[in-house]
Amino acid sequence: MTELTPDIGAYVSIDKEALESIFRGLKQEGYTLIGPTLGEGAIVYDEIDGMDDLPIGWTDRQEAATYRLHRRDDQAVFGYVVGPHSWKRFLFPPVQKLMTIRKQNGSFSVEPHVEEPPRYAFIGVRGCELQAIHIQDRVFLGGPYQDPDYKARRQLAFVLAVNCTEPGATCFCASMDTGPKAGPGFDLGLTELDDVFVIEVGSEMGRRIMSGVRWRPAGAFELQTMRERLTQAEKSMGRHMDISDLPALLYQNLEHPRWDQVAERCLSCANCTMVCPTCFCSDVQEVSDLLGETNERVRVWDSCFSLQFSHVHGGNIRPHVRSRYRQWMTHKLASWVDQFGTLGCVGCGRCITWCPVGIDITEEITAIRGEV
Amino acid sequence: MLDFMNPSTLSETMSRTYPMLMHPARITRIREEAYAIATYELAFEDESVRLSYHFQPGQFNMLYLPGIGEAPISLSSDPAQPGVMGHTIRYAGNVTQAIGRLQVGDVIGVRGPYGQPWPIDQLRGQDVCIVTGGIGLAPLRPVIYAILQQRQDFGRVFLLYGARTPADMLYTDEFEAWEKRDIRVLQTVDRAAPTWKGHVGVVPMLFYHIRLDPRKTVVLTCGPEIMMHFVIYEALARRIPKERIFVSLERNMKCGIGLCGHCQLGPTFVCKDGPVYPYAAIEPFFAVEDF
Ligand SMILES: Cc1cc2nc3c(=O)[nH]c(=O)nc-3n(C[C@H](O)[C@H](O)[C@H](O)COP(=O)(O)OP(=O)(O)OC[C@H]3O[C@@H](n4cnc5c(N)ncnc54)[C@H](O)[C@@H]3O)c2cc1C
Ligand code: SF4
Ligand code: SF4
Ligand code: FES
Repeated sequence: MTELTPDIGAYVSIDKEALESIFRGLKQEGYTLIGPTLGEGAIVYDEIDGMDDLPIGWTDRQEAATYRLHRRDDQAVFGYVVGPHSWKRFLFPPVQKLMTIRKQNGSFSVEPHVEEPPRYAFIGVRGCELQAIHIQDRVFLGGPYQDPDYKARRQLAFVLAVNCTEPGATCFCASMDTGPKAGPGFDLGLTELDDVFVIEVGSEMGRRIMSGVRWRPAGAFELQTMRERLTQAEKSMGRHMDISDLPALLYQNLEHPRWDQVAERCLSCANCTMVCPTCFCSDVQEVSDLLGETNERVRVWDSCFSLQFSHVHGGNIRPHVRSRYRQWMTHKLASWVDQFGTLGCVGCGRCITWCPVGIDITEEITAIRGEV
Repeated sequence: MLDFMNPSTLSETMSRTYPMLMHPARITRIREEAYAIATYELAFEDESVRLSYHFQPGQFNMLYLPGIGEAPISLSSDPAQPGVMGHTIRYAGNVTQAIGRLQVGDVIGVRGPYGQPWPIDQLRGQDVCIVTGGIGLAPLRPVIYAILQQRQDFGRVFLLYGARTPADMLYTDEFEAWEKRDIRVLQTVDRAAPTWKGHVGVVPMLFYHIRLDPRKTVVLTCGPEIMMHFVIYEALARRIPKERIFVSLERNMKCGIGLCGHCQLGPTFVCKDGPVYPYAAIEPFFAVEDF
């Protein structure tokens, strides 16, 4: 058995069909598979059963405010980039019950909402997305108060990363140093070549899963092809962002006229914050039964673009779209660094693709630099 | 990458000591302070929670009413008696108006205390100038109690306090006792009845009635942001360094613990890095309109 188990750090290759036995192994370990699948006119992340559910032979064409699915002329398994969903919806669900408060005897009881945390295997986590998970780790687990639900889900999650060989037109992970090759922190890291998958083993659990799969050490030619494809991918990013002196650039330009210009276009619809894999703002809502005897506190995703977000007695802290867009972008690209020691943007391009009016964060930075 | 992946902590995680859980506390006393403002004294029902609870001047609790929601409210009582949590509340919106309908014996959910306190230790040996308007005095009253506890440790102490009318002033029945202990109280109102003996005008004008020693004065201010901007202006004009001007800010807060994102001011979260800040720490952001 030992010789059937590759070492951590080893590169192995498998036939494409053998991905099915990885899935089988994960299910035997009790994982629920979450992966890319066709739905809602896009490639979304949802529960999958096997390879048949993957969007094999499909690709996405993205541009500012544009997303379209197309048939590929090959049978690539991972021949697309990221869609409107991100993994955050599984680690930090859009709606999460926190506790139940029951009135009784003139007082009340408080019961935390306890559920067995799901054991997810994330299939096809891109480099930018893995970094986004690490960023949310810092947000939810790095401070004096931790989010216990996030922690439980995160500790149990298995990550099968996929390196990008065909970046999309709104991608700029190379600028943010988050891809196209996924950084450390995955259990298995897969690169799709024409006929095989090259897999880097990243963890003990990754080894264990591979022990049930027919693999062989990756050949020199395969490794060479993989490196070439990744270098090529790095050079074919659809977008680019100059991140030099980034926190300072924005702090020094809080009154730049560009904020007025972008505010004329921005609808303050909050799409960008919903699709962003690092945005973490939330609200807590009170859901009561008719008599008000049983009350649930439910955490829901919120957005700095909503008007209520900053209301206080006497008015709103950020009453204008200008101040809300400025808050969002300076948070992503400046104050995030002070708060969490990392930029809050991983260059996934979602906010560009899913903005109904095509506002482009890379273009905004260029403009503030005074380069347009 | 963070190192939190050790599975041995998993069972501990599963026990969900969720940081947002509140504890029931009884209203033991209600004091009307001014129009639509009252102080509620609360005591945790659970004795172990009550005994382990301590707070510092300037910190706040999240107060909760079932079926309605939560609001951040400062502690306004004496930190030396943490078993009695005083909250001076203005009936502003959903939660606070509902609290206004409660009576002694009713129950409110409480979690806290949260936030950075006023720098009491830094005030020792210094002159202290407290400048505040309206309900802004609530989070500063614990500072006055802390000073009174060891009055000799502090230099001259001023309270510059303003409200719209004399009837809107908080804690006026305590002013005499404070003045007896050598706290100089200067009051001003926007509109006065003929019997009013104090000043008329905005709070920052009170600076013109006292003389501060910039080498050893610390200024503490809390109130409407527009007022605080003028207070900072007057303090800086008197050469008080911005490291010794402290402000307490209000922002929308949903969690109080740095997780929900609502309370941000530039690089900081007001709930955990504030609400009390040395002005020097937030100067570049506080001055930016709508930031
Ligand atoms: C650190 C801190 C300490 C505080 N200490 C105190 C204190 O000691 N005493 C005190 O009285 N207050 C204090 N406050 C202020 C208090 O938390 C707010 O007034 C809080 O909003 C009250 O909650 P509420 O549910 O009663 O009001 P809310 O229902 O939140 O309403 C508050 C105000 O916002 C308006 N409003 C409501 N909903 C919206 C919306 N969707 N869009 C725009 N405006 C809206 C309301 O008309 C009202 O004027 C403190 C705040 C902070 C951050
Ligand atoms: S800001 Fe835009 S490009 Fe950056 S991580 Fe968020 S969605 Fe992706
Ligand atoms: S930038 Fe675009 S996606 Fe974001 S709030 Fe404005 S209109 Fe919506
Ligand atoms: S109140 Fe939630 S982060 Fe400060």
